[in-house]
Amino acid sequence: MSLALDKPRQPRRPAARRSNGELYSWLFMRLSGLLLVVLVLGHLFIMNILDGGVHKINFGFVAGRWASPFWQFWDLAMLWLAQIHGGNGVRTVINDYARKDSTRFWLKMLLYVSMVLIVSLGTFVIFTFDPNISN
Amino acid sequence: MTATAETTTGSRGSQPPVPDGAVTVTVKIRRFNPEFDDEPRWDSFDIPALPSDRVLNLLHYIKWYVDGTLTFRRSCAHGICGSDAMRINGVNRLACKVLLKDLLEKGSKQTTITIEPIKGLPVNKDLLVDMEPFFEAFRAVKPYLVTYGNEPTRERIQSVADRERFDDTTKCILCACCTTSCPVYWTEGSYFGPAAIVNAHRFIFDSRDEGAEERLDILNDIDGVWRCRTTFNCTDACPRGIQVTKAIQEVKRALLFKRV
Repeated sequence: MSLALDKPRQPRRPAARRSNGELYSWLFMRLSGLLLVVLVLGHLFIMNILDGGVHKINFGFVAGRWASPFWQFWDLAMLWLAQIHGGNGVRTVINDYARKDSTRFWLKMLLYVSMVLIVSLGTFVIFTFDPNISN
Repeated sequence: MTATAETTTGSRGSQPPVPDGAVTVTVKIRRFNPEFDDEPRWDSFDIPALPSDRVLNLLHYIKWYVDGTLTFRRSCAHGICGSDAMRINGVNRLACKVLLKDLLEKGSKQTTITIEPIKGLPVNKDLLVDMEPFFEAFRAVKPYLVTYGNEPTRERIQSVADRERFDDTTKCILCACCTTSCPVYWTEGSYFGPAAIVNAHRFIFDSRDEGAEERLDILNDIDGVWRCRTTFNCTDACPRGIQVTKAIQEVKRALLFKRV
């Protein structure tokens, strides 16, 4: 770029005002989608097909599973990714289909509150799960 | 039936003789007259036409010889000006580029051609829509050469390879077929739409232009390229054969990797 003195009245190049929110949300959908394919299909396979399928699941099975930090992390990652991935998808649906700004705002608030509630409840359960709980 | 001021005759008087080889087709048009109608309505016309006719010829026939109040845009009638974009049998096409023989029913079945105004833009009358929101999005992406510093004393040179990069998107005639075929544009008026992105692409990837960053900033916003769902309706609709969805993807890639 030449000196401003060269041509004083030329239009100035505007400062960059890039906000990457939509870009990151778009990218997140792709990456979390890939991860979820592995996590969810793995979960489905273990829970419903591998030895005995769904009939083996009881309190003891879950307690045994969550004794390992690996499965705790697996379930935690699945919960967070699925919730944010799905929530972000519903956010775009609301953006597309809501006709009025107020409808859009309140639907999104409802969505965000439900997301925070489910993610925090799930996280709380995973980390504070007590296998020796008494009736 | 209440009396209206509408005429039921064409603007050019009596009907011309029916040519040899003509078939009778039903043209079903979604009409709206803001002076009389609260809601759009459907009107059907049975008219004689040759298989070599274009859909625009059928509209001319109706306007000239059957109902002079039928309103639509057309200018060059040869697929260059982009005035007569409309929804023909559910897809966006230029009426002057669709031949009747490609729409005829097989056998002896009666052919019905459905014509609607393009979706997502306010209808002024019949097939005539208000194009202003479309052009507003077009202007928002700065569809002109942006440079800074002193002007060169000679022409701005460009290599063949550099010209090739945006060749496809120079073909746009701003007919709005692509933008009004986009489901995201129908439901949410604030998406820039494919046509605006195509015209931004034409300058973003032009080696002589220096405004790529500004345009990318505009298209990175909430109403920009990230609303594209790659449904390919735009590519399918483009009467100029522009790979619209590919152009949008190239803009996304330029934003993602910060590289033009």
